[in-house]
Amino acid sequence: MTDMPDTTLTSDPSHDAPLHVDTDDAVDYYTPGSPIADTKAPTGPIDERWQTRKFEARLVNPANRRKLSIIIVGTGLAGASAAATLGEAGYVVKSFCYQDSPRRAHSIAAQGGINAAKNYKEDGDSVHRLFYDTVKGGDYRSRESNVYRLAEVSTNIIDQCVAQGVPFAREYGGLLDNRSFGGVQVSRTFYARGQTGQQLLIGAYQALERQVAAGTVTTYTRHEMLEVIVADGKARGIIARDMVTGEIQTHLADVVVLASGGYGNVFYLSTNAMGCNVTAAWRAHRKGAYMANPCYTQIHPTCIPVSGSHQSKLTLMSESLRNDGRIWVPKNKADCAKDPREIPEADRDYYLERIYPSFGNLVPRDIASRAAKYQCDDGRGVGPEVDGVRRGVYLDFADAIARLGRDAVEEKYGNLFDMYARITGENPYEVPMRIYPAVHYVMGGLWVDYDLQSSIPGLFVTGEANFSDHGANRLGASALMQGLADGYFVLPHTIRDYLADGPFEQVADDHPAVVEARASVEQRIEHYLTVNGTRSVDSYHRELGHIMWEYCGMERTEEGLKKAIDLIRSLKDDFNRNVKVLGTADSLNQSLEKAGRVADFFELGELMCIDALNRRESCGGHFRAESQTEDGEALRHDDQYAYVAAWEFAGDGEKPVLHKEDLVYTAIEMKQRSYK
Amino acid sequence: MKLTLKIWRQPDAATDGSMHTYDVDDVSEDMSFLEMLDVLNEQLNAKGEDPIAFDSDCREGICGMCGLMINGEAHGPVTTTTCQLHMRSFTDGETITIEPWRSDAFPVLKDLVVDRGAFDRIIQQGGYISVNTGSAPEAHSIQVPKDAADRAFDVATCIGCGACVAACPNGSASLFMGAKITHLGELPQGQAERDSRVVNMVAQHDHEGFGGCTNIGECTAACPKEIPLDVISQLNRDLRTALKHGH
Repeated sequence: MTDMPDTTLTSDPSHDAPLHVDTDDAVDYYTPGSPIADTKAPTGPIDERWQTRKFEARLVNPANRRKLSIIIVGTGLAGASAAATLGEAGYVVKSFCYQDSPRRAHSIAAQGGINAAKNYKEDGDSVHRLFYDTVKGGDYRSRESNVYRLAEVSTNIIDQCVAQGVPFAREYGGLLDNRSFGGVQVSRTFYARGQTGQQLLIGAYQALERQVAAGTVTTYTRHEMLEVIVADGKARGIIARDMVTGEIQTHLADVVVLASGGYGNVFYLSTNAMGCNVTAAWRAHRKGAYMANPCYTQIHPTCIPVSGSHQSKLTLMSESLRNDGRIWVPKNKADCAKDPREIPEADRDYYLERIYPSFGNLVPRDIASRAAKYQCDDGRGVGPEVDGVRRGVYLDFADAIARLGRDAVEEKYGNLFDMYARITGENPYEVPMRIYPAVHYVMGGLWVDYDLQSSIPGLFVTGEANFSDHGANRLGASALMQGLADGYFVLPHTIRDYLADGPFEQVADDHPAVVEARASVEQRIEHYLTVNGTRSVDSYHRELGHIMWEYCGMERTEEGLKKAIDLIRSLKDDFNRNVKVLGTADSLNQSLEKAGRVADFFELGELMCIDALNRRESCGGHFRAESQTEDGEALRHDDQYAYVAAWEFAGDGEKPVLHKEDLVYTAIEMKQRSYK
Repeated sequence: MKLTLKIWRQPDAATDGSMHTYDVDDVSEDMSFLEMLDVLNEQLNAKGEDPIAFDSDCREGICGMCGLMINGEAHGPVTTTTCQLHMRSFTDGETITIEPWRSDAFPVLKDLVVDRGAFDRIIQQGGYISVNTGSAPEAHSIQVPKDAADRAFDVATCIGCGACVAACPNGSASLFMGAKITHLGELPQGQAERDSRVVNMVAQHDHEGFGGCTNIGECTAACPKEIPLDVISQLNRDLRTALKHGH
């Protein structure tokens, strides 16, 4: 067995026998709630559930669709695909994005590819294998019915995108090329050079714009959703701010879909776009939508390190670099500022090769990330000192260049080397690259059932904004798959079952729920503009990011998380008393936009820490130092934590309520991973 | 580094703007151009002056949201997006002029922020293949020769930033349009709507107030994705063919 007992937790190494742990690290921070369950997935064999649900979900007569309206927030893969598809079906769709065009949503930055169980390579792939790999990759913390469906519809996505004209890579025979990605043993990843996300998003964007021309979809660009309207227990609209004029608008509809992306920017520095935020999801959370597993964060080991305190975002480089690059740091702290080429071989520590001789530089993302953190925390990091610490390790291609020749290395990695050189000003053919981990994706998100409906009736959530498919960790090339699966092939079927109850009673502009939502938005804006303190919004965001990265990042401990909660609470108080937002409410005001987002990040950050504190196990991207094997690997505790933690907002200053959804696997057996 | 910045300030679309001069100290050569503006904005905020509005989102050169005229060049002196331009391309003591995109079809909303909605409206007029979700045939039923697929990809990398328009003395969006027409025209899936696509997109282009192309080539020189000039030849060929077909 690889799961060595953790001395601080329990003396029982078995995962079969129930453990009775009477300590709950988070006990002072939450209120236990009743269990919840997904009631929408049909029972029966897993490969029949989606067919059954599609059949049982009620239909809406085409003539009635024109009378039903849908609001969709966000135009990434999950939002644009849903808006296009529901527009084609004949519903009245309003699509919102904060950018100046739907085409700019951050799905566009995904590099690697999109998985689909086409088995074009005849290498043993199947829907079941993609399902299995995804559940295993998620460390058995996802809901199996949802994941099976994802694998099932993956093949339709490729058909749809090809028909739209997405220029996937092809072989000389004119058929689609595939590659293997993310450590799986089959070639199931479809790609468009290193810009797959861009090409898929442009495909969805074009389908969306086609519906704009057809009159079924209206786009609201440079509009930010600031509140959800929940009238008589149902989501019935949103309050949005026109970011150019500052006008606060009420948009009513029969159903609301959030496809508003992930919240990695709670860490300030991440690979997310500058504008990515949690506000749409958080405002829904405050109105009753449960937030599930918020602490599950994916940290990517090969990003370009921070170069100074001015840094505004981090850039990812493909993990494929670890196939040929060797990772090291100086053995002597005194060498850290030296030119790496002058450090002799004997004074270098190839620490991954040393600690993990069988996997070496190819250990999984989380292990590689944590190992780099330990080296830098130990004072052996390299690169510029930022806030007194050098956070970087070398990724050295000197051996690869000597072995394969410079041309071969350029052929394989040329575009990445160019990107690195452009950003750092250093030539990686001559000087070792420097890398450091960065926040990349969040698996947590709003809780949804099998229909992708949240705990607020009439509020559906798709893509990265929901929690459903990736468990505690996401496989490479699966984010694009999930976004498009949700938008093209899942939501359009499940939402009709809800809409079949229509037509719905009209909500009046002076309905108390509308008045309350508008007032809430106006009060918040008024508040930020009148604090008139001394610190900029960005400075608070940066400080919050430091806290999150330090205590709720790659490694989490009980002590650190409790400290983080205190720090976040006092920083939030300070923000509310001392933030400085200039300008007016009725104009384009980027500081004001950021103030609202950062205010919501404070609340989210606290909940992430509470969630991480409650989950005293290590699984996927969540690593609790108290729960590891002797080799430093993540140690799960299936007997205690095989559940989704769904958090209910209980009011400002009140403890959140924890509802647990037990994870039951019928089609797959839970196993512990090992990299021995 | 110490820099002097001359920046276009304009409160809103309805009010005239003008150039303002700012000094910014402590600029590191590792900063991106936009991070340098972030630093300036922090300084302005501290002094109680309204920060400068400018667009950016992904800051990794792919979303197309950023775009500034820097010393008269779209995206500045290097062939890349503004967000990927770094301060090591400038020298200590330099004066840098920063303006929004120059084009009547891209009205200024505030300071350096412009409205590029015209690009979306051009796409609405045919920049797509009409295929409803669920009606697609099996992906391998459509074979695409590798050279056509590669060419389609190369021109599909357009990020819609608008640098081509900003750089063009005529304010033409022909490179943007030609890239989309070539992308879809290279593929078998794109043939059915090939004629109507070019005719309708060109009509919308002209309606938006973009200028005509006179083959100057500033567009392709400024394009951060290096979209080649010959997509405009393709655009013209497709237009001629469509007109011959009676469109």
